[in-house]
Amino acid sequence: MATVALKGITKNFGPAPVLNGIDLDIAEGEFLTLVGASGCGKSTLIRIIAGLEPQSAGSVMVNGAPIDHLRPHERRVAMVFQSYALYPHMTVAGNIGLPLTMQHLSLWERLPLIKLLSPRRRRVMAEIGAEVRAVASQLQIEALLGRRPAALSGGQRQRVALGRAMVRHPDVFLMDEPLSNLDAKLRVHMRTELAELHARLKTTFIYVTHDQVEAMTMSDRVAMMDAGHILQLGKPAELYARPANVRVAQFIGSPAINLLPARIGEDGAPEVLGCRLPMATGLPAGSSATVGIRPEAIAPADAGKPEAGQVSLPAVLRRAENLGAEFILHFDVAGLGDQPVLCRVPADHEHGTHGRTDLVFDAAQAHVFDAEGNRVEPSGLAQRASGKPVRLYLTGGTER
Amino acid sequence: MSTLSLARAPAGRRAFGGRQALIEKLTGIGFATPAIILLLLIDLVPLGVLGVLSFTDYELGGTDAKYVGLANFSKAMADPVFRRSMWNTLLYVAIVLPGSVGLGLLVAILVHGRKRTRSFYEMVYFLPVTATLIAMATVWQFLLHPKLGPVNAFLRLIGAGEYAFLSEPSLALPTLAVIGMWQLIGFNMVLFLAGLSSIPKDLYEAAEIDGCANGIDRFLTITWPLLGPMTMFVIVTTSITAFKIFDTVAVMTRGGPMGSSEVLLYAISLEGFQYFHTAYAAALTVIFLAFILAFAVIQAFVLDRRVHY
Repeated sequence: MATVALKGITKNFGPAPVLNGIDLDIAEGEFLTLVGASGCGKSTLIRIIAGLEPQSAGSVMVNGAPIDHLRPHERRVAMVFQSYALYPHMTVAGNIGLPLTMQHLSLWERLPLIKLLSPRRRRVMAEIGAEVRAVASQLQIEALLGRRPAALSGGQRQRVALGRAMVRHPDVFLMDEPLSNLDAKLRVHMRTELAELHARLKTTFIYVTHDQVEAMTMSDRVAMMDAGHILQLGKPAELYARPANVRVAQFIGSPAINLLPARIGEDGAPEVLGCRLPMATGLPAGSSATVGIRPEAIAPADAGKPEAGQVSLPAVLRRAENLGAEFILHFDVAGLGDQPVLCRVPADHEHGTHGRTDLVFDAAQAHVFDAEGNRVEPSGLAQRASGKPVRLYLTGGTER
Repeated sequence: MSTLSLARAPAGRRAFGGRQALIEKLTGIGFATPAIILLLLIDLVPLGVLGVLSFTDYELGGTDAKYVGLANFSKAMADPVFRRSMWNTLLYVAIVLPGSVGLGLLVAILVHGRKRTRSFYEMVYFLPVTATLIAMATVWQFLLHPKLGPVNAFLRLIGAGEYAFLSEPSLALPTLAVIGMWQLIGFNMVLFLAGLSSIPKDLYEAAEIDGCANGIDRFLTITWPLLGPMTMFVIVTTSITAFKIFDTVAVMTRGGPMGSSEVLLYAISLEGFQYFHTAYAAALTVIFLAFILAFAVIQAFVLDRRVHY
């Protein structure tokens, strides 16, 4: 168990910076996920922590002490690779035991034939064997110990790779997209297993993924990265509820958030498709902004509830995706071009097939981002006497 | 919309099926025939003739021959020239095989570690493979000349004395072996390079994290075991190539001095094309082919049954 601290980690490949001064503090026993699209620098960062790649500047600290000068095997970190990187010529037992063999036997005791001269080799190998079996039983792969990786399924290889990491009792587990080579069903299963493994081992996990679902479901905290920066660091719920940046909002959540172009009006309130949101943003009047609404925060209005001050916008149902427990409705809204507005509604929702409808959402659930894409905290959100936020209607037109 | 039916073909098709199968069979035979004829003409018929000749006393230009049984083979076993050439050939293989495989592997690992200069070194080491050995043999002859050659000039310079590499009986065969290695290293290097390139980089990184701290550890843990299948292949091909040594002997030493560089193929060519003992040469060739066949069988069985990762 250990804390990990990154201080101003910078990495340049040639002139192009891949990481721009990453600062990150990871608590003891924390499950931290680095998430981001490919090329955002998350894999490079984890490889720097592992010692496989030198950083151009900055320092990696474990338990408060810098480990930059240490070789990968001296860092007490274990890594699970996306490809698993199992040694194809060794059995499962050999794969899991290798870190211990390297640790406890000298070079002479590992050389072919010469190793037979070592008096203590047999005893050490027996100890390693016991350790390997203990780890294998934790992962339920004891029956596979004599097989080679080629004779294993993807999920079994995954477990062997985990076993090879666990057997060293490392301070930190590093995982570089460990689930992305598995099929969808197994991925869901292994997600649970990894989370449970973390709960059992209570070791610090640093997990890299491009899959926001993995990030959301397993982590204590998530660091969303983009272009060598950390855009936002926080609990999964925070990233979802209060995305600090439009790119975070876009990346986290499925289906993706609806992003609507907006303009800031005279009083600082954003206007979306001609419809004013009753809030103050503090942004200069006339500047452009983006309003994000999660698909579950917007829904077709119940019929016949026109209120004063509403703006009518045509919204026409384009298609409905049935996901079993819920529907994803795609609406065409005038002014958005081809981009649909997505609504997530329960399966029993009566959306019909007639097409025209009104879309309604709570202004309090809208995320406002300025022209640079940074989150703006609205103030003076108009409250009703009852304390309920004003409901704002995007009203369906008559014909398209 | 049309519907697609996957029902079984109607029974009427079955009668047609027999004719269809015949046509396919004939087409197959038609395609294979040219290759079979070529194989017969170029390989199998000459081999048969060779086998028949080896049991006769035929001499080139003779009008008849009579069956002599295994006389040619028993003569070969007793023939000091043949026995010496046999021994020399095996000695040559014993020097060239470990030398060119080991050095080829070493050079491949070193060249593999280069990034920008890799293709340059690849070319340099591969040049001897592409060069005509007959021409190169002449160059070597000059290089190794006791008086005029730069090798001896260098040896004299460092005070190591002067060596007649090609006319000293104890040195001739090892010298030829060094030249053979020089030619084979490049080829083996290319094969090993292909093997090295196919080892995933991830494995080295995993090994590094798992504690393989230095090059020896990495070589023993990853490189050597994963190159295993390729190494077997290189060993077999190198053995066959080394066993077929002929051109350097023919150009540089002609089997001398005092028969110290007599090798199998050279002895066969002498018997067959200098002394016109065609039947005896045929028997020697059969023995030679038996050795090559043994290597090929090793290749076919040991190599193909090995685990390919």
